[in-house]
Amino acid sequence: MDLEITLRVNGAIHQLSVDTRTTLLDALRERLGLTGAKKGCDHGQCGACTILLDGRRVTSCLALAVAHQDAQIITIEGLAADGEHLHPLQQSFIAHDAFQCGYCTPGQLCSAVGMLREAEAGWPSAVSADLTADHVTLDDDEIRERMSGNLCRCAAYANIVPAIAEVARQAQASPRTQRPEQEAQR
Amino acid sequence: MNPFRYERARDASSAVALLAQAPNGVFLAGGTNLVDHLKLGVRQPDLLIDITHLPYDRIEPLPDGGVRIGALVRNSDLAADRTIRTRYPLLAQALLAGASGQLRNLATTGGNLLQRTRCVYFQDISKPCNKRVPGSGCSAREGYHRELAILGASQACIATHPSDMAVALAALDASVRVLGPQGERTIPLVEFYRLPGDEPQYDTVLSHGELITAVDLPPLPFATHSHYRKVRDRASYAFALVSVAAALDVADGVVRDVRIALGGVAPMPWRAARAEAVLLGAPATEEVFERAAEAELANAQPLPGNAFKIPLARSTLVRTLLDLTTEEGKLQ
Repeated sequence: MDLEITLRVNGAIHQLSVDTRTTLLDALRERLGLTGAKKGCDHGQCGACTILLDGRRVTSCLALAVAHQDAQIITIEGLAADGEHLHPLQQSFIAHDAFQCGYCTPGQLCSAVGMLREAEAGWPSAVSADLTADHVTLDDDEIRERMSGNLCRCAAYANIVPAIAEVARQAQASPRTQRPEQEAQR
Repeated sequence: MNPFRYERARDASSAVALLAQAPNGVFLAGGTNLVDHLKLGVRQPDLLIDITHLPYDRIEPLPDGGVRIGALVRNSDLAADRTIRTRYPLLAQALLAGASGQLRNLATTGGNLLQRTRCVYFQDISKPCNKRVPGSGCSAREGYHRELAILGASQACIATHPSDMAVALAALDASVRVLGPQGERTIPLVEFYRLPGDEPQYDTVLSHGELITAVDLPPLPFATHSHYRKVRDRASYAFALVSVAAALDVADGVVRDVRIALGGVAPMPWRAARAEAVLLGAPATEEVFERAAEAELANAQPLPGNAFKIPLARSTLVRTLLDLTTEEGKLQ
């Protein structure tokens, strides 16, 4: 069964006809040519398909395309500001050598963007010492816990964590300048 | 995946009416369990009714001092809610202990309650499974059952319920508000799930067409002093082998009130009524905690592969109660 839908992706509007069974991941990859998000497990367990839906990180392999027509979708292709300047997290991943084969990397980056936003909003995690604290300090334990939905078979975790930590520190130092949600304005 | 129609519900009554007329239809909310099942072939509906735009996404105070949680509130929003974190910390902890950040952003309160067991045979359509195909047999009893039930199981089925959130809700005496073709009703959470018995295919007491609209928490002042402890193979992103949700009120060294539920051990969140009975009015000591844990696990029915859960459940319960006792002031 096909439905005509509209998807808003990286600031552009796309009209397409999709089978109701099409996941958001497949719509992005197969229909819109946005192959950055990866199909790692296709069951919501690895995080390689992570994208931003209305600013929130989600596993796109378990989302149906027909169910997300109103959402603002950002994929890895949309993270770089103006399509030219790499996002601070992308820069940091390069500087810290935070990827090996690169397969999980788009998912790691989108997840980290969403994660930093959650931390800035004061969301606690399973390892937060004080559940009611207003402010979140992203130490290594917090980053690992909050990123636990993104698997890396190359085990680049040892460099992914400091790459994220550096951006988290920069965001704390200058809260209103290096905002990860610049792309949400598009 | 079998083909299906997709409809977006305009309002609750039309959603309910639509589903009532569609014997092979289902509601779609976050989809983190349903879409997985569609891919696995575990469920093959011919109609998905998207309920995500219904007005059940608020967390609101109730006149009696309790809290109403809309069925469509995302797990992540519920865990981050200030009222929940302050007044019902075990619930926030339970939610944060579950799944991943990405899944918590999609999953909803109602969907979390209705998620199905992760028994490997339930999820594998090539294997006999009485819950998925009544009468086909239980592959787990003689097969892999390390993560399955030691309490409340039956000959037909030894599945466990995988939700962390539901364990906390059971401890809190939450109730589930439901809208059906016959109108609204409220079901205490501890009566919401069914023992498998001879009909393991029915996890809950809901009939087809009924829609969860909210979960209500009663006011429970001492719930501010509560904890959710989850024991699992990995430090994160794994289901519970055993978990404990507990709230404890101790005054002058005596247990004034207590709520306990166990996860990972039964086909539903297991309210530890026997343990609570031992504890009420008794001294808040390790010896009493151990007697309470012993009482609760006394009728456990282990299988070779999951017998370890009995001592694990006992020690986890004792440890959780001790933490709540010795950290009297600290857990504010």
